[in-house]
Amino acid sequence: MRVRLYGQIVPLPAMIGLVIIAVNLFAALFAPIIAPFAEADVVGDAWAEADWTYLLGLDNLGRDIFSRLLYGARLSIGLSLLITMLSFAIGVIGGFTAAIGKGWIDSSLSRIVDLVLAMPTLIFAFVVLSVMGTDLGVLVVTLACLDSVKVFRLARALAVNVSALEYVEVARLRGEGLWWVITREILPNTAAPLIAEFGLRFSFAFLFVAALSFLGLGVQPPTADWGSMVRDYRDVIALDLAAPFYPAGAIALLTIGVNFVVDWLLAIQSRGFGEGA
Amino acid sequence: MLRLVLQRLGFGGLTILAASVLIFVGTELLPGDLASAILQNTATPENLAEMRAQLGLDRPAPVRYIEWISHAAQGDLGVSLSNQRPVADELAPRLRNSFFLAGFAALVSVPLAVFLGLMAAIYQNSYYDRAVNFFTLMTISIPEYLVGYLLVKYFSVRWQIFPSLANVTSETGFLERIDLTFLPMLTLVLVVVAHMMRMTRASVLNIMASPYIEMAFLKGLTKARVVVRHAFPNALAPIIAVIALNLAYLVVGVVVVESVFVYPGLGQLLVDAVSKHDVPLVQACGLIFSCVFILLNLTADILGIISNPRLRRPR
Repeated sequence: MRVRLYGQIVPLPAMIGLVIIAVNLFAALFAPIIAPFAEADVVGDAWAEADWTYLLGLDNLGRDIFSRLLYGARLSIGLSLLITMLSFAIGVIGGFTAAIGKGWIDSSLSRIVDLVLAMPTLIFAFVVLSVMGTDLGVLVVTLACLDSVKVFRLARALAVNVSALEYVEVARLRGEGLWWVITREILPNTAAPLIAEFGLRFSFAFLFVAALSFLGLGVQPPTADWGSMVRDYRDVIALDLAAPFYPAGAIALLTIGVNFVVDWLLAIQSRGFGEGA
Repeated sequence: MLRLVLQRLGFGGLTILAASVLIFVGTELLPGDLASAILQNTATPENLAEMRAQLGLDRPAPVRYIEWISHAAQGDLGVSLSNQRPVADELAPRLRNSFFLAGFAALVSVPLAVFLGLMAAIYQNSYYDRAVNFFTLMTISIPEYLVGYLLVKYFSVRWQIFPSLANVTSETGFLERIDLTFLPMLTLVLVVVAHMMRMTRASVLNIMASPYIEMAFLKGLTKARVVVRHAFPNALAPIIAVIALNLAYLVVGVVVVESVFVYPGLGQLLVDAVSKHDVPLVQACGLIFSCVFILLNLTADILGIISNPRLRRPR
């Protein structure tokens, strides 16, 4: 069986990846409708066994783990999406501006980015969080800014290549403005690698947010979120219960799914468009 | 070549300086300053002003930065807010523990990764090679704590081979320390080995496309010999770069692994300090982490230059 998407054959791993992403998005969007219980409702004894009412059993406070997983998807995925989108907005605009502006704009922006790239991002996130407290808005902005330097690098490199082509020069000679050149000439011709990069950056942001929550510095209780759920349930490892592996597994599964799709997108690009048809 | 090395050294020094500025700015100039972080909800305008004067926050920021960085350079990292002990005393044993764990993991993972990567290059496109590819994708996707807890679940809860908590103290002997840190080490190795392996494979294969490799094959050499003797030495620079990058990751990535195994390292200290808003401690940890990270990257750069024969002679 050959499945095609926009004329491209979808290989099995990418298919699996797309299904995983779709299921996760569905769970995140419709959590209140699908979930049998509310995320903070205590419905029974702590660590009650799984049965047909409580699909994955109950947690340390007697809340339904399955429902919490569904609600957790909203925050875990939503936050990472927000971070990635913000980071792309900053990175792409900065990168394109640097590539087109050339001269001092380019060299000063690139220097700053080189400096930031030479430093460990996790540590800066910690420094900011220690002063600002664990405020989700601060978290999103900080991570997006730190992440945007990597987007900047790629966006600039892509735009430098494209802006050397004749049609961009023609557009500029026609007297088109900077904004028009960016949105109508450069963006469509760099979209494919940027989309693959978006997937990659999303998976990093997702793992990063989960790690912060796991360390107790991200999402705070009683809101459900996969990283903090692992943290809450980790003590029962010693009792040989599976509870912490559900949220941790969910984190791994979504990241694997995204990476499968990114691999496929990158493979399409290195092969060139049209050939897969 | 000397000029290139000196250039890199200069850039490294500049980066460390910039990192220290960023750490300082990050903690000092954000809306909630140190004094309000300490007082939290009990802050009134009067005690806030008093606290600011006590901490020296009423002086201009550049002055305080110079003071902080010059003291730090002499080993005086200030006083912890939560228990009033000198930060340097808190840090020293933690730093040793973290380096021990990261070093242990590096000692196991680097030879393993280079060996497996070379094997993957030799048996390119075989099932082994594909398995390596798949495994790499898995390890960049699976968070460290899942790997760690899976190891704990089987190795210490089910089969009881290794302890689940790495609670070492300064009195712990070397062998016992190895036993206690075995699972954290294994977690780190599993997380970094695939990436290093894949990069080793990629850089060797990259070299394999060059004409002199074809010549070596035409001379009738075996594939293993071509890969090990002809391709590997030329692929060394990118491999070293990847190894250093992963070592830098090890030093920073220990934060999560230390938390999983309750290992008394620098990462745990940092996380505790962040949740307690202990700013001097966070600054000091951040500075140390950044320095190690930057120095490792710098080492990679310089080793890359030295190992590249084309850069050895001045042009």
